[in-house]
Amino acid sequence: MADDSIPRRKFLLGAGVAGTAVAAGLTSQGEAQTPAAMPAAAPSNEPVTYLTLSALEAAFLSAVADTMIPADELSPSGTDCGVVIFIDRQLAGSFGAGAKLYRSGPFRKGKPEHGYQLPLTPREFIGVGIAATNDWVRKAHGKDFHRLSPKEREDALKSLEARKAELDFDAREFFDALLTLVMEGFLADPIYGGNRNKAAWKMIGYPGLPALYANSIDEYRHKRYLVEPQSIADFS
Amino acid sequence: MATRLKDVDAVMVGMGWTGSILARELTKAGLSVVGLERGPDRVPGNDFVLPTIRDELRFGRRSEFIADNSIETVTFRHFPNESALPMRRWGAFSPGEGVGGAGLHWTGHHWRFLPSDFVLKSHTIARYGASVIPDYMTIEDWGVTYDELEPHFDRFDKLCGTSGKAGNLRGTLVPGGNPFEGVRSSEYPNKPLKQGHAGELFEKAANDLGYHPFPLPASNASAPYLNSEGVQIGACQYCGFCTRFGCEANAKASANVCLMPVLRKDPKFELRTRAYVASLTYDKSSRKVTGVTYVDLRTGEEYEQPAGLVVLCGYVFANTQLMLLAGIGEPYDPATGRGAVGRNYCYQTQAGTDAFFEDKYFNPFMQAGGSHTGIDDFNGDNFDHTGLGFLGGGYISCTANGMQPIGARVFPRGTPNWGAQWKRDMVKWYGRSVRFATQGCSYASRNNFLDLDPTYKDALGRPLIRMTYNDTDDAQKMSTYLLSVCRDIAEVMKPTHIQQRPRPKLFHVVPGQSTHNTGGTIMGTNPKTTVVNRYLQAWDAHNLFVMGASVFPQNAGYNPTGTVGALAYWSANAITTRYLKSPGPLA
Repeated sequence: MADDSIPRRKFLLGAGVAGTAVAAGLTSQGEAQTPAAMPAAAPSNEPVTYLTLSALEAAFLSAVADTMIPADELSPSGTDCGVVIFIDRQLAGSFGAGAKLYRSGPFRKGKPEHGYQLPLTPREFIGVGIAATNDWVRKAHGKDFHRLSPKEREDALKSLEARKAELDFDAREFFDALLTLVMEGFLADPIYGGNRNKAAWKMIGYPGLPALYANSIDEYRHKRYLVEPQSIADFS
Repeated sequence: MATRLKDVDAVMVGMGWTGSILARELTKAGLSVVGLERGPDRVPGNDFVLPTIRDELRFGRRSEFIADNSIETVTFRHFPNESALPMRRWGAFSPGEGVGGAGLHWTGHHWRFLPSDFVLKSHTIARYGASVIPDYMTIEDWGVTYDELEPHFDRFDKLCGTSGKAGNLRGTLVPGGNPFEGVRSSEYPNKPLKQGHAGELFEKAANDLGYHPFPLPASNASAPYLNSEGVQIGACQYCGFCTRFGCEANAKASANVCLMPVLRKDPKFELRTRAYVASLTYDKSSRKVTGVTYVDLRTGEEYEQPAGLVVLCGYVFANTQLMLLAGIGEPYDPATGRGAVGRNYCYQTQAGTDAFFEDKYFNPFMQAGGSHTGIDDFNGDNFDHTGLGFLGGGYISCTANGMQPIGARVFPRGTPNWGAQWKRDMVKWYGRSVRFATQGCSYASRNNFLDLDPTYKDALGRPLIRMTYNDTDDAQKMSTYLLSVCRDIAEVMKPTHIQQRPRPKLFHVVPGQSTHNTGGTIMGTNPKTTVVNRYLQAWDAHNLFVMGASVFPQNAGYNPTGTVGALAYWSANAITTRYLKSPGPLA
């Protein structure tokens, strides 16, 4: 593992590497405009293989994750923190399949106060939302979301967030679902594939586990408790 | 065709707090008891262990201990003239599933309602006159008083190992406790939880304003405690994983921790999990139930379980659904105001305030779910309502924001939700804000009720419960008032920013609020307007008892579990000392 010095993910992302459908879908001029100053942290030695995402969906979500969590001095980018892997696993699993979701009809449009009312599972909803967003982006820019410049991506996400984007299906919750998944992937325990190297916990100073503070609470009532975070895997 | 099983003396429908309390009291009285639980078994030492229990995604976000909406949900509408739509996933509230029920994943706030709460209608009329009660408001007395319930509150405290500081011990006011509480016969089993810096700031500010702050009572044990059942409860570790989690320290009280270890060894008790009660078998002519039918969710097979005594121990919605389906009692009709089953559905009128401090840090992960500091000066009728234009109130409490990281994204208004600036603000504000909760009461309205949905069905093909609910004008005014008090206190704490989260005009089922739904099978003294009598015995079936917050005539400005536990012991006492000797109506 440790001597696998050319991570497959970077290999696939590298410009000019054709020969696979995945790579063909991902290489673009847009990516050339991505800030080059990626922090050195968090390259994963694991190959990037998706359980459910198509190449286009992965590219879309990677562009969303890196726009929502751009690389800077505080953390690596969302994708480098494993956010896309996280989303892929979530959507491929029981959550994505609609576990614990009431899915009996009839399906009717409700008030916002009724919450989610579509017949789609989370996996289907994200897929449909990505396709609709790309359709909308193509109308304005002639290309898919992930091929936009960072500034254009940011503006597009702001339109989605403000419910100003005109998508061809009831997408009012699509942006919220995207934001939630990205934030979960960034901040959840790393066992799910995101928050790689506990980057988000380090960024905010969240100590993680074991969280046994009965003997610390008095001492730290007026001073900051700051330690190297530990995760579930560190105790497993 | 259902397979008919051997008779048992008593069957519990649901094995949360009330199912386990009643099962225990009834086997002690010599009865054979079967506990039917729709969900799985959940066992401390197996289901709540380090490190896996410290998983915000699994338990906090994917809701492992929360009921499965693909099996059951409710439909919702704001007003009686609208169509309702199903809650496709829980949001505002999160009923439980499995042994322990919602009492497994609760936070642990453990209160007694005020003496005046139990006589709300008569107290209000006596103090202010009948004209202060709005026409739509259908508040009631409970038919039981605080003094009658006090020994049972005390028993429940000692089952849970509750932490707190008495404010009124046998009639003597005790400094440091809640001076507004009803008379307590004994001190809390455990000392109060340790308060964080947020609590200290709140305490000082509330004192400066002349209020009466105290550490909130909580069933997060501040020290090891041997409970009333001889079960060892552990000490709270201040881990920040209470709400929606199980407790690996056995410090947060639950049926799983406090009672099930005893019941599991009891030869008179049998637990059947994944047993989903589909219906009550009602013999209207003899005004009795003869048992229940249930579906074994492992196989789909249906069973009839005959029983001498049936105790409904499900959540508010399940209890009401079973009564309506069985045709026990008259369904409530909002058009005429007649009928009882489904009447007086109430909620909790919560609203919040966040205060941000650039220059402070609160170690927000280092606290117990229950380690809040609060005041009760503006709860119930603890303050004069003359001229205020509303009734009731709620407690106000304070704690640090952000125990777990995904949920810690609380920012001053205007902060972006993502992007480079969001990251800087996340770093800047994480651990630097406190939140105030106003736990407002919810008084009954003739337009807020439960009935059976005409369209949507559950996994067994039964109509879902349909909830018709919106805050009353009175509740909105009350909440606005509590928020103004909250702002006054927050300002004394000198934060960088204060922002408030008032109640929306229309109730919203998505944002998490509280699993404090009440009513539907309310208790009282009038068989025409209530479903159970003061001993929680159904008026129309004397061997049927109904537990839990579905019997609350309206909700007070507190978390309900303490009162749910006390009522369970009160009812169990009436059953074992009176009913079993002479079965028949107790009132």
